[in-house]
Amino acid sequence: MNTAPATLGRTPASAARRPTARSLRRRRTLHWIAVHSIAIALAIMFVAPLVFIALTALMTDQQALTSELWPRSWNWGNFAEVFARSPLLLWIGNTMLYAGLGTAFMLLSSVPVAYALARFRFPGRRAAFLAVITMMMLPPQVVAVPVYLIWARAELTGTLWPLVLPMLLGDAFSVFLLRQFLLTIPREYTEAARVDGCSDLATLLRIVLPMARPAVAAVALFQFFYCWNDYYGPLLYASTNVDNWTLSIGLASFKALHSVQWNLTMAATLLVMAPVIIVFFLAQRVFIEGVTLTGVKG
Amino acid sequence: MSPTPAAPPARRRREGLRALVWLSPWLIGFAVFFLYPLAATVYFSFHRYDLFTLEFVGLDNYRYLLTDDRALTSIGNTLWLVVFMVPAQLLFALGVAWLVTRLKAGAGFFRTVFYLPSLIPTVAGTVAFVFLLNPATGPMNQFLELFGITGPDWFGDRDWSKPSLTLLGMWGTGNTMVIFLAALLDVPRHLYEAAALDGAGAWRRFRSVTLPTISPVLLFSAVTGVIYALQYFTQAMIAARVASGSTDSPGSSFTPGYPEMSTLTLPQWLFQMGFRDFSMGYACVLALLLFAASMLLTLVLLRRFRGLEEVS
Repeated sequence: MNTAPATLGRTPASAARRPTARSLRRRRTLHWIAVHSIAIALAIMFVAPLVFIALTALMTDQQALTSELWPRSWNWGNFAEVFARSPLLLWIGNTMLYAGLGTAFMLLSSVPVAYALARFRFPGRRAAFLAVITMMMLPPQVVAVPVYLIWARAELTGTLWPLVLPMLLGDAFSVFLLRQFLLTIPREYTEAARVDGCSDLATLLRIVLPMARPAVAAVALFQFFYCWNDYYGPLLYASTNVDNWTLSIGLASFKALHSVQWNLTMAATLLVMAPVIIVFFLAQRVFIEGVTLTGVKG
Repeated sequence: MSPTPAAPPARRRREGLRALVWLSPWLIGFAVFFLYPLAATVYFSFHRYDLFTLEFVGLDNYRYLLTDDRALTSIGNTLWLVVFMVPAQLLFALGVAWLVTRLKAGAGFFRTVFYLPSLIPTVAGTVAFVFLLNPATGPMNQFLELFGITGPDWFGDRDWSKPSLTLLGMWGTGNTMVIFLAALLDVPRHLYEAAALDGAGAWRRFRSVTLPTISPVLLFSAVTGVIYALQYFTQAMIAARVASGSTDSPGSSFTPGYPEMSTLTLPQWLFQMGFRDFSMGYACVLALLLFAASMLLTLVLLRRFRGLEEVS
């Protein structure tokens, strides 16, 4: 990894065509324009889907079936129509329950585990960490059959509890991420607390947690969004019971039930996206810092 | 574990006990949701099981896999995603991240715009893409029409369905992009300056300075990307469902893979076999296949981790 400077080419700069200051400045300007133009074009491509969704959501039924892109009339009532035609509030409630409880339970269980992995010295520490990574990398479908049978025996299939309750036993990805962050907190702080007679729990709550706030916030947001967006889990456990449908399940069925009404489908899609986008803009920094945190461990 | 200072045995035991208490929720979770189910999966794979009767069938389930056309198709499709979608996403993310580092004005704004789609709920994003790529009236083909190109049938054409999913994946690649961006910004400036002084061009600087420095991050993203591709489920399922216009009232059956099994991935076939047809024993064979593939990749990653473990 550190061999980069050694492998550098040693070919001398071609002194013959040394650029003048003016041509250099012109080249810089051209470069600036090129790079920013590409960025703008890309940005338009990234945003365009959202714009078309919004425009279609506001069209009439008939217009949404045509190839016209701009609404002839702005039908804000489409959003109300979505609420009227589907139990959207129920789906939102269920999704909130899944995401909210799932996140709370995950924090409750994962923070202490990550702290112990990062700070305690004990035999088997390495093995425990490897177990975390193994579970983090495990596709959920691998153990789906026996886990489903566990919940079937507990008569909890048809509800969202099989997705929420395991969060009380820690989430591998969150434990991993928190541990990586907690390792960066200098040992002196926790040692000093111990010398002062602080218990482990008090050290965690009073010293470590305040310092780990960005990581905890990031992990909580990731978990919340994961639950909010999850389709596989609710499909497996809750799709048989209409009362426990989440937004993902509901939206997936929406198009089928209102097959030719792209405008209503897009309105529903937009309603599902909106909270996520709003939260993102409120907590943008936490997101970007959190994602960066997941990448710096290579 | 070598740098542990020599501690008296009593204290070591106490520390071990303390760790055990703190880790107990996780250890229980590991046993109940990993060790036990994994053993049970192996056990069921030798049985026929439909929730009611359990019958030992030896290797029948494994033998059946070799004759199950749709399972083989699903494996092929999953491999397609690994070979084409993951590299496309990584290269695109790297390109976009590199572009953002070059921006003098509005880098923060562009980063936000490129990151945002990755947060869009998967189901919503997929439904939207099926609409955008709708061959007759969708904006995409109208856009192509401007250049005199007749757009393909996208999600309705078996040759284009996976590329369509790849486009969707590239749209939502913001996470990787942000990670790459951070890695690129971490490359020490003086290395570039030294390289430039040595007369290295842009491409040479990228190959000799940037690439070696960010390679651990690249590797991590590649491995997690592949593991993610092995689990690929929701987008394919939703795209097939919406594009085929199938009704999905509870009780009615929907077979994934539209069009012509081209979007059928291994996890979908596993789901179909295990939880729709209740051939749970056979589903466990498919699960073990998935397990083997993901563990292999995890090992690749762990080799990297070995050195990192004790950095603290």
